[in-house]
Amino acid sequence: MRLLIALVLALSLPSLVAAVEPDEMLDDPVLEARARVISKGLRCVVCQNQDIDSSNAGVARDLRILLRERLVAGDSDEEAVAFIVARYGDYVLLKPPFNGKTIILWFAPLILLGGGVAVGVTTLRRRQKTDKPNGLSASEELEIKQFMDAQKAGAQE
Amino acid sequence: MKRIFAFLPLVVAVVFGGFFLWGLNPDRDPNAIPSVLISQPAPQFDLDPIPDIGTPGLARNDLVGNGGPVVVNVFASWCVPCRAEHAVLTGLVERDGITLFGINYKDKQEDARRWLEELGNPYARIGSDLSGRAGIEWGISGVPETFIVGNDGTVLYRYVGPVVGEDAISKFREALIQAGALKRENS
Repeated sequence: MRLLIALVLALSLPSLVAAVEPDEMLDDPVLEARARVISKGLRCVVCQNQDIDSSNAGVARDLRILLRERLVAGDSDEEAVAFIVARYGDYVLLKPPFNGKTIILWFAPLILLGGGVAVGVTTLRRRQKTDKPNGLSASEELEIKQFMDAQKAGAQE
Repeated sequence: MKRIFAFLPLVVAVVFGGFFLWGLNPDRDPNAIPSVLISQPAPQFDLDPIPDIGTPGLARNDLVGNGGPVVVNVFASWCVPCRAEHAVLTGLVERDGITLFGINYKDKQEDARRWLEELGNPYARIGSDLSGRAGIEWGISGVPETFIVGNDGTVLYRYVGPVVGEDAISKFREALIQAGALKRENS
């Protein structure tokens, strides 16, 4: 049991270790918490699919420090992010912003889903239509009636 | 209506095929980061010189009014590809008369001085970016990176990585020609 606890602790420890080094952290816990949240949404431009909060790259560290400086200087979250976006472009945002350039990105899944459903529904409808036997027309009913009458008359003979 | 639907598989195939063609194009670098600086004014920065090398420092104002486009190269002595690129840049300065400025990115000044003594100094100005802050202003992701800046201080071109090898050099020369810093060679 003790071994198990030790193992769980040992395995969970690495996930707790962040790239943020003690000397970068702000004394104000509120500002530091804001900085952590913002930096989780910013892409490291060296190791491209990692956020700067968990990256050990030099540029990521510089950006973390820069971000904290902006917050200390009184920037709002949006202003601090805008400051970095102005230098690195929308590309640094891990969540792409909603604007003219990214409109396709946001709506393509919906359009594809809608299109797929539409094609599926029309295909199914059409198949149902062709599979269902149409009712007999009046002349066909008459023809069958005449045939059956003739058969009955024949059987009675 | 049905006849139109008959073409649907073809349309889908063409759309997907076009996408794959674009995606598999060997010239496309999926790691390339689009630069926001192109066609924008160069960022504000003011860097001190490296002491004792006799080359002045570099600031935003130095980029303007040089009588033509200038090349700004971000380099460091600890950057191995920079060493290879150094010869190419020296050639551009000595043979083609390009004006070359340097940003010495996060380098120990003593190391930078020794590096320049060993390889030669083609830079007309070098700013020492000890904190890496000017690098962030330029939006660099690593060293080396090379920019072409117009006479009015507008960033015209950005090359990420070392300008080494035939492909890279011809690409960069073409950009210099487009910027008006080089004459097209008649061959």
